[in-house]
Formats: sequence, C-alpha cells, structure tokens
Amino acid sequence: MTTTAPRQVPAPTAGPEPALRVGPVRRRASRTRRQQNRAAYLFILPFFVFFVLMLVVPLVYSGYLSVFREQLIGGLSFVGLDNYSRALQDPEFLAGLGRVGLFLVVQVPIMLALALIFALVLDSGRLRFAGFVRLGIFLPYAIPGVIAALMWGYLYGQDFGPFAQIAQFFGLPAPQFLSSQWMLASIGNITTWSFVGYNMIIIFAALRAVPEELYEAATMDGAGAIRVAWSIKIPAVRPALMLTVIFSIIGSFQLFTEPQLLKTIAPTVIDGAYTPNLYAYTLAFSRNELNYAAAVSFLLGFLIMVISYVVQLSTQRKERSR
Amino acid sequence: MARSARRSAMALAASAVALGLLLSGCAGSASSAPAATTSQADIDKAMTTPTTITFWTSNKLQDEVDLFEKKYPAITVNLVDSGSGTDYYTKLRSAIKAGNGAPDVAQIEYHHMPSFILQGSLDDLTPYGAADVKDKFATFAWNQVATDKGIYGIPQDTGPLGLLYRNDIFAASNIKAPTTWDEFATDAAIIHAANPSQYIANISPSNASATMGLFWQAGAQPFSYDGDKTVSINLDSPEMVKVAEYWQKLVQAGTVSTDPDFTDQWYQGLASGRYASWVSAAWGPLFLQGTAADTAGKWTASTLPQWAAGENKSGSVGGSANAVISTTANPIPSAVFAEFLNSDPESTLTMGTKQFLFPAAKATLANPAFTDQPVEFFGGQKINELFSQISPTVNPDFQWLPFMDPVFDSYNATFGKALTDKTSLTDALTEWQKQVVDYATSQGFTVK
Repeated sequence: MTTTAPRQVPAPTAGPEPALRVGPVRRRASRTRRQQNRAAYLFILPFFVFFVLMLVVPLVYSGYLSVFREQLIGGLSFVGLDNYSRALQDPEFLAGLGRVGLFLVVQVPIMLALALIFALVLDSGRLRFAGFVRLGIFLPYAIPGVIAALMWGYLYGQDFGPFAQIAQFFGLPAPQFLSSQWMLASIGNITTWSFVGYNMIIIFAALRAVPEELYEAATMDGAGAIRVAWSIKIPAVRPALMLTVIFSIIGSFQLFTEPQLLKTIAPTVIDGAYTPNLYAYTLAFSRNELNYAAAVSFLLGFLIMVISYVVQLSTQRKERSR
Repeated sequence: MARSARRSAMALAASAVALGLLLSGCAGSASSAPAATTSQADIDKAMTTPTTITFWTSNKLQDEVDLFEKKYPAITVNLVDSGSGTDYYTKLRSAIKAGNGAPDVAQIEYHHMPSFILQGSLDDLTPYGAADVKDKFATFAWNQVATDKGIYGIPQDTGPLGLLYRNDIFAASNIKAPTTWDEFATDAAIIHAANPSQYIANISPSNASATMGLFWQAGAQPFSYDGDKTVSINLDSPEMVKVAEYWQKLVQAGTVSTDPDFTDQWYQGLASGRYASWVSAAWGPLFLQGTAADTAGKWTASTLPQWAAGENKSGSVGGSANAVISTTANPIPSAVFAEFLNSDPESTLTMGTKQFLFPAAKATLANPAFTDQPVEFFGGQKINELFSQISPTVNPDFQWLPFMDPVFDSYNATFGKALTDKTSLTDALTEWQKQVVDYATSQGFTVK
C-alpha cells in the first residue's frame, strides 16, 4: 500500500520449495499445484458468490436505478445523467457535503491526534495498569453507535441532562449542546468518543511491530523518549496512520447514525438533509425519490473514492520526495 | 425502560403523524360512486365457502376477529401483528408492489389513505355494500375513507381533540378551563407569571400532525386531492395565518413552550407539570396514564378552547381505517370482514372498552356501556362521554394529500424551525407552502 511497508515488515520469503525440488519431481508438484489451485478456488467460491450477490449486484442495480426517474404521476422514465447534474446543483446536497467536509477537517485531526497520543503513551511502557487503560479507551468502540448516540442525547439534554444540572447548580445557563451552533461539535464529540479507541488500537499494533533494535540504537545516540517518539515511532506508524485517515474520511462522509438519532430530540436543527447519507435516506423513504437517492449515493461514493485517493497519493509523494 | 417507553411513544407519534388519508371529503361523495354492485347471492356464496384471509394491524383485535368467525364460520382470519410507523408502510407497499405477500385487509392511518389510493392499491368497497354503512360512522371519519370515486376503507378509530389540563395548577392560579383561545392566552400569561418554569401548553416543532389538528379546528382546509392528478395546497390561507399569528404571540411572549414532543424531555414535562395542559386526541388520556402515572387525579379533560365564544368545534389527530388491498384473491370476504369488524355493535364496543380504540362508529359513541365508564386517573370523570360529544363537532371537510411524509418533514424545516427560533410563523407558512408545491409539481401533480 505504501512505500514504507516493506521496510518494517520483512517480506515473507518465497520458501525453500523451488530450491529443493528439481527435475521430474517438479512436474508432479505442478500437477499438485494445479489441484491445489482448484481446491483454493472451491474454497473461495462461497465468499465470491456472496460478494457478487450482496455487493456487486446491488451496486449495479442502484447504478441502474440512478439513471431513471419515477414520479408519482407519470411513472418511470429514463433520464440519463439528469439525476447527477441535479445533485451537483442541489443546495440541500451541497450544504450537507459542506457540513461533513467541515466535520472532516476539524474532527478527524482531533480524533487521530488523540488516538496517536494514547497509543504512544501506552507503548512507552511507563503507564501503570496499561491493560486496563487500553481497554477503557477501546470500550466505547464496543458500544453500538445507536446506544452511544442515545446516551449522549441524554447527557446533552437541556433540562435534565447532567451538564444542564451542574450548570443549574452553579446558577449558570444550561449549555446549548443541541442548538444549531453547537450541533456539529456535539456530534463530533460523540464520534471522537466512539472511535478514538479503535484508531488507537490500529496505531498501537503498528507500534508493537517496530523492531526493538531501533530504540536501542536511538538511546545509544542519546535520544530521549520524546525524541524517539517523534523521530522513530511516528514515522514508523505512518502507514497505520494513513489507514486511519482513510477510514475516517469514509466515516465522516457517511455520517448517519448520530444525526439520525439526535434528530428526534433536535428536529428543527437536524433536517432531512443534514448529512449526504441522511439526505439519501430522506429522499428514498420520505420523498419517494428512490432514483435520485441512488444517484446521490453514487456521487457520494465517488467523491469519497476521489478524496481518499488524493490524500493517499499526496502523502506517498511527500514520502518519495524525502 | 425509558427506552422502550420512548420507542412505543415514537411509534405512537409516528402513527399519529402517519395518519392520513385523504379522501376527500366532498360532501355526498360516496353516494355518487358509480360502481357495479355484487349481488347478495354472490356475497352469500363467498361467505359460506371456506376461505382464509390475512389481516395486518397493530391493534390487538383477536376478540373482534372471534366475533366475526363466529358469525361466518367458513371464513378464517389470520390476524398478523404488523407493527406500525414507517417500517410498516414500507413493508406493506413493498408487498403490494411485489404482487404477493400482501395481506387481504390492512390497517391504514387516515392520512396515508390517499397515497394508497393514488397507487391503486385499495379496492373500492362500494360493490360490497359499503355505502350502506356510511351513516354508522362519524361524518369526519367517513370523509377520510370515501372520495368522489369510491369508498376505500372502513373507519376504525379516530382522534377528536380535547384539552387535558392539570386542575391543581389551574386552581392554584384561580383559573378555569379556558373556553376561548383568547382566554387561553390570558391564562397562559398568568400561569407562566406564577411559575416561570411552567407553561400552559407546548406546541411541538416536530409533530406536524398535532399542529395540523389546531389548523383543522380553525376551519383550515390546507389540502385536497381529486383522486387523480390534481391537488390543491393552501398552507398560507387566511385560516392558517390566523392560527399562526395567534401562536406567534404566545411563543414571542414565552408563555408556551416549543419542545419536540414524544421525547424523554416531553414525557418528563407532562409528569412534572412543566405543561399545565395538553391539546390531546381522544387516545391521549390513556397514553397520559402510562406516561405520567404519578399525577393521577390531577387531570381534567374539557373541550378545546374556541375561536369565537359560543362555538363548539374541534379537529382530529390520528386514527385509522381498515382497507381491502387490491391484490387480494378474496375481495368479498375481505370487504365483509372490514365492514363487520368496524360496524358490528358488539365488535366496535369491544374495541372501545377492551382495546381502548376511540371509536368511529356512532353506535358505540352513543352506547352507555362505553360512555359511562368513569376514569380514576381523571378523578372519576367520564372521559369517553366527553370525547363522544366532541366527535360530532370535528370539522368534516378536512382532507390529506397523497404524499404526507414530505409535507410533514417540511413542517419541521419551516414552521417547526420558526417555532424553535421564534421567527415569523407566517413567513414559515409561506415557505412551507412553497416547498410542498415544489414537491407536488416535481412529482407531476397539477397544483390548483
């Protein structure tokens, strides 16, 4: 995936087989190989069938849907790419994109910085109860998003939520977590809380793979813990960080559960087009515009692909120019 | 526990919201439907031929189904608890579209009826004698199932509106149940002044159906649908503006609250006295007993405040009909079942007294076995009697559009948002009107 990968993980060697077996034995081996291949294909067949049925077919079908339009009066008609050009000019869709874009550039750096710091602290080995702490940070990820959003919805509550009660106790106005100014930040807080542990585990696993000798060498050269973290650990986990960035980009653009659930307690702040995914849902299930919803989803998927690719490409180039 | 309460409340809210059907209510519409009549001999034959029909409903109607099967032993009814809300309608529409798996008879909320009629999903029941049972139902309920073109369902339950109020809070400020909206506004100021954390009522920014009940009472007719391609949309009519301007004053003065309803905060508000009254449908009193059990004895029900002294008008929120789905192979037993279930006196009385569905059937509304039940939670008041008297005062001319989901969504974004932000409600009506007209046009309707 990235140019740094082979440096840390020793590539698996080809194995002793070709060197040891020669001549006629080898021909028999290739027959065995062919049989093995056949068996392998058989083994992956179930996966492949499900992959086609559950992923490829629906994808093709929604692509097909997206070039039609069905009206309540007038029925179905082929409209080519009209739905796409409509989406590109649709203020509701664009506003939702802008919102998740803002979310992406603010929330993702905060979450990943926290995840990296936690991972480095855990990896430093200076922490007591490291296992317990690690579990504690990871635990929110194990809580289903629906439950998390409901729980935070309660915590944010303006009348009986704990923050409101604390504020009341000190005679302060209750914080307006669910107002239109704060909503995006409140959602960002929920997703950060939920996913920081998940990202931390990925980075932490990468840190564990760094060969000890590097640290020994650095210590010998007089580097302190901070210096080791900055010059050795962080560059070493770059690929892992990259992975978390890509996941986070996808996650941000697909933001759905949290706004959908907070919608019930803040129905006038979160409308049906608050995020692009929520918009697609509203189009399909409330406005009877299934075809347009398919186009919006496709466009969103395409956008995620492009942005992920650009991000990955730009970091690779940076790497190479070093 | 809180979650399950919320979920059921959400389902309730969704079903209340969902209600609608359209049908038009033009006067005399049903009788003009020119459908061929199925002969009595055909009906007798069908009702004695062993047949199984499937019935989807979220109501627990086994008692009533038993009554039907006793009268028609050849017919077996497969009662399916279908759930409610958006999921239910998605399931029903998919089954109809797929051409198999749909029930023979289904429960459909009034405000969703027009959308099913539009799709041709419901059988006209006129050939099976439905016009003969017309007079057995409250007029406003019948107008929700019958159009100029046919009779597409039999009314089951309804939600005429009354005012449930906290007699202790009212008594503490020395006020009586307001008889006009002017009095209501004065009382609102008194209650809020006496205790700044109390409001006479809440108007929800997220429950278009409930707010629609207020417009309905004021005589607004924001929607109509001709059953074909033409709709009319008047969300900014003078009656609508009158109601909006009235609530604008209360919202601006801060004497009513604007909390989303059917949320934890709202339940808490009902139980804690944050709201001193609730403009509630006839199904509300029972709901309240479950939500605010600790306040037993502190509530009294009355008629809605009126726009002019001496008037007696109401609106409706919620309620549903039983319709025969057009994919059925057994239209006769299905139609007879829907009629029997909702017009047989014993069946409708059982619904009212055992399943606590507020009836559409006049016979039950007038039956002392239903109306004379005192309700302890309301200090022994005969709640059913009160709402039975309100039922005939519901404005009979209200109709729905064949696409209420986007209309209700748009309410949140316009009127609801203006309630929350305390901006102009009349501007919000204009914007709501525009959004709904745009939607109707984009779906190919002719907007009159």
